[in-house]
Amino acid sequence: MKARHLFVGLACAALLGAAALTGVAQAQDKIFVPLFTYRTGPFANSGIPIANGMHDYLTMLNERDGGIGGVKLDVEECETGYDTKKGVECWESIKDKHPTVVNPFSTGITLQLIPKAAVDKIPILSMAYGLSASAVGKDFPWVFNPPATYWDGMSMIIRYIAGKEGGFAKLKGKKIGFIYLDAGYGREPIPLLKDLAKDYGFDVKLYPVAGKEMQDQSSQWLSVRRDRPNWMIMWGWGAMNPTAVKRAAENGYPMDHFIGVWWSGSDDDARGGGTQAKGYLALNFSGLGSNYPAIQDIKKYVVDKGKSQVEKDKFADTFYNRGVFNTAMVAEAIRNAQKITGKKVVDGADVRKGLETLNMTAARWKELGFPDFGTAIHVTCDDHNGHSPAYMQQWDGKEWHRVSDWIEPMKDKVMPLLDAAAADYVKKNAGWPKRSEACAKLP
Amino acid sequence: MHMLYMIFIDPFMQMAQAPDLFAQTLWDGLVAGVLYALIALGFVLIFKASGVFNFAQGIMVVFAALTLVGLHDAGLNAFLALALTIGVMFILAFTVERAVLRPLVNQPDIILFMATFGITYVLIGFGEYVFGGDPKVMPTDAFYLPKGAITYHTLGGMVQFQKLDIAAAIVASIMVAGLAVFFSKTRIGRALRAVADSHEAALSVGISLEQIWVIVWFAAGLVALVTGIFWGARSDVSFALEVIALKALPVLILGGFTSVPGAIVGGLIIGLGEKLFEFYWGPLMGGGTDAWFAYVIALVFLLFRPQGLFGEKIIERI
Amino acid sequence: MLYREAGQFKTDYASDQAIFPILQDRIGLAVILAVAILLPFANNDFLTNAVMIPFMIFTLAAIGLNLLTGYTGLLSLGTGAFMGVGAYACYKLTSIFPNVNILIWVLCSGFFAAAVGTVFGLPSLRIKGFYLAIATLAAQFFLEWCFIRVSWLYNYNISGAIEVPQRTLFGIIVTGPRATAETRYYIVLGFLVLMTWAASNVVHGRIGRSWMAVRDMDIAAELMGIRLLPTKLLAFAVSSFYCGVAGALMVFLWYGGAEPTVFNINQSFTILFMIIIGGLGSLLGAYLGAALIFILPIVLRFAPEVLGLHIHAATVEHITYITTGVLIIFFLIAEPAGLARLWQVGKQKLRVWPFPY
Repeated sequence: MKARHLFVGLACAALLGAAALTGVAQAQDKIFVPLFTYRTGPFANSGIPIANGMHDYLTMLNERDGGIGGVKLDVEECETGYDTKKGVECWESIKDKHPTVVNPFSTGITLQLIPKAAVDKIPILSMAYGLSASAVGKDFPWVFNPPATYWDGMSMIIRYIAGKEGGFAKLKGKKIGFIYLDAGYGREPIPLLKDLAKDYGFDVKLYPVAGKEMQDQSSQWLSVRRDRPNWMIMWGWGAMNPTAVKRAAENGYPMDHFIGVWWSGSDDDARGGGTQAKGYLALNFSGLGSNYPAIQDIKKYVVDKGKSQVEKDKFADTFYNRGVFNTAMVAEAIRNAQKITGKKVVDGADVRKGLETLNMTAARWKELGFPDFGTAIHVTCDDHNGHSPAYMQQWDGKEWHRVSDWIEPMKDKVMPLLDAAAADYVKKNAGWPKRSEACAKLP
Repeated sequence: MHMLYMIFIDPFMQMAQAPDLFAQTLWDGLVAGVLYALIALGFVLIFKASGVFNFAQGIMVVFAALTLVGLHDAGLNAFLALALTIGVMFILAFTVERAVLRPLVNQPDIILFMATFGITYVLIGFGEYVFGGDPKVMPTDAFYLPKGAITYHTLGGMVQFQKLDIAAAIVASIMVAGLAVFFSKTRIGRALRAVADSHEAALSVGISLEQIWVIVWFAAGLVALVTGIFWGARSDVSFALEVIALKALPVLILGGFTSVPGAIVGGLIIGLGEKLFEFYWGPLMGGGTDAWFAYVIALVFLLFRPQGLFGEKIIERI
Repeated sequence: MLYREAGQFKTDYASDQAIFPILQDRIGLAVILAVAILLPFANNDFLTNAVMIPFMIFTLAAIGLNLLTGYTGLLSLGTGAFMGVGAYACYKLTSIFPNVNILIWVLCSGFFAAAVGTVFGLPSLRIKGFYLAIATLAAQFFLEWCFIRVSWLYNYNISGAIEVPQRTLFGIIVTGPRATAETRYYIVLGFLVLMTWAASNVVHGRIGRSWMAVRDMDIAAELMGIRLLPTKLLAFAVSSFYCGVAGALMVFLWYGGAEPTVFNINQSFTILFMIIIGGLGSLLGAYLGAALIFILPIVLRFAPEVLGLHIHAATVEHITYITTGVLIIFFLIAEPAGLARLWQVGKQKLRVWPFPY
């Protein structure tokens, strides 16, 4: 009896499965924008606000303008849980539905998808994460990582430190500590940091944090106490950030000498350290707060109408705005694509052209309802990144404040490394396709 | 030659030169050890009474802490929230006994182990569904947990004791003492030990296995709650905390699966060993050794004393 | 009705001892193989790429672990790391000797995994059960740390990940992004079928029997003249060989690149689930377990969308977790010996149908 029930159940499950796997064809009267998000898993604290920001901005465009160029956007989230396997599954599940662009939001997933992008003709927009080398347009026509690479970020931090110390010459003999998530993401800036150390004569101390140790970090911060670095730089993500800020505060490290990259500067990250975290610095390239017309529109058209999942007090926090920034680029690329091709409903190949002509000046940001919101981005055929400047923000115990002007990256140091890395990638991946796509131009 | 110097002499020179840092490392190691021991304690309780290797202990820590913070955030008084959380842990223990342990009675160990994975999945899904995936800040003030640190300027530098860590150590000791008294002095405690020795014999003298299981799972739930409060206060309450369960496994090898004092001593050894090695020898290997060093201690230890420090001799071994 | 063995007479020992003594079983197997071969013609990339290829790779790894845990009774939680050893070995081999055919390297990488597995199998002489499981965790974490820390393993790539170069076989591209899903599917299928066949022969032969003897009662096995250490180490070696090949296939024919986190502890757990749910000590169990643990969550994830329900992606994920957990417990209660046992019971019922026994 029991066995029979079981078999019936199994048969039903199998049928359901078969139905699910055959997939569905999609009517092509909408622009399909898949969002790879993660609201679950160990990195959810960083993933949730970004997911909300991305989702809400696109929904706002649908509600306020009826989409882009009169075509509604079909926004669909695919949950990755920051897990590579699920990320690849998401890619396979959307790739036949004419997606315009994919934002993987995980360095690991990006690395897997880069080779697939050219084959499946879907552009990847990895906003200031992923593979730095993919900024080289001639080798990676389908991958974009504006506004800046990790190497740009590191050079900006060093420039900021030099500014505080009173010039690059003063860096000589200083000790700079680097605490990072022990994965590809955290290790990427190390070559540049070592190069800069050689050029300017400062010492580098490395403090790797294994994924499993994210919530402890006591040995790392004890080592910091031993080595007494003059400055600390952090490349952390998820639960690592608040813990690091907390430990730094506990160990009495001067917080205004502790600088995080743009992925270590969310409100939750600093809030974890409480009032002791006051003074903590982080890079940022998107705006703070809700004082922008477009963000107010999101509130009016989406949040107040209950179409968002964001919690009231987390609306327009740092990472939410980062998500908005990301989709603002996507929307602009879609607009460009419509201009270039003359089509209303665009697909991945069109949006690739749109991304390649992305030029978001301060004036353009203002037009979009974001005055002084984001860094200016100029993507070209060769440069898929833009190497845009970022600014430094500081935590006052309650919220972030902007404390610097736009800091320019050291392009002269970054570019040679970038070109070498891209050449190396192409060499190691024998059979890497030569770029066959013509350079896109706005009409 | 230089390598040998770096391995065998330099670390000890460092210890002698900076005794304050050495003392601090010892303290950090002890604190970490206490926290590992707390998780291991949850494992031991359940293994002792029901022979189940409860992998869900890690997620129970997260679940308990999330329930507590979630209820507190919903506006409840801190101690009301605490009481309700204890109630939730009891319901969990009861449900697990009814839905999982009872139907699976007398199955091989590995099947029960697998079943606790099922419990883990359900708790992850349920916990995220109810409380969301974003991290919560443990309201330390509401629970009168101390903040700040005591700093001594001695030994040519400073040694810092976080008050929270001291509190954790005290609470952990009280809990262990309480459990020890509970096991040896109370009727239920003695019944529990009888069950641990032999299920059949316990049944034949009229001890209800079902009742005992609910009690141990509930006790493990309470241990999880305490662990969750302290770990949560040290960082954040989020699902990333779940991985700390893995930290308890080498402790179990060292202390033995069935020994409460073993869990404590094992925890301290692992905590101390790990921090000392990472601090003094880790830099030679590029750091990050605390990811695996505990397991290596455990592995070496196993070769000499497979039953653990205080484990029972009748362990399955060749 | 159809599943009757009446009239099938065995006239020699060989046919009586065959693995599939009943004609219908052999027909069934042939049908399954035929379906497997024809599947890519369904022309559904999602089915081949995201479902079938990973399913087959996981099955292969599950077979490997089953040889160790199911047949020899040694619990291991280092599967993920052993898969990683295979993947990294294959990557190093093909970057040092790019001209040798990649499929040879995939197979060779198994030997590296076998060597590493044997070393970490040494404690099995002294301990077993959960103690051994935790000892194998040492392998898991130490190897994972090596994948991150030893830059030589990933050719000093700045990303810290391994990437798959394009390789060809008889002029057909088999690895890299331009390899078609069909090609990769057939290669993985080939590996799976051949290695299942090999495993089936091993477990039905002298070696397999000595493994099972060790599993059932090690002291008795020793008395019968089975030397424990070589037998257990051989189980570790063969098991790791399978896992290593599965790992190499996973990176080269499915992911097309990997970060060390791909081989983390969750991977080990997933594969352990597969064999426990599927059935310890059964090759069929590895298939069924992989199907349940891997394919079920995918179905659950994409089913609401197909059924036209608009549930939020994160909610679907939560429900998937809960359902998977409940199903694990449900299947364990329904049949603790695993799905393979359920299948056997079902078959037995069919044979005597309509009578109960």
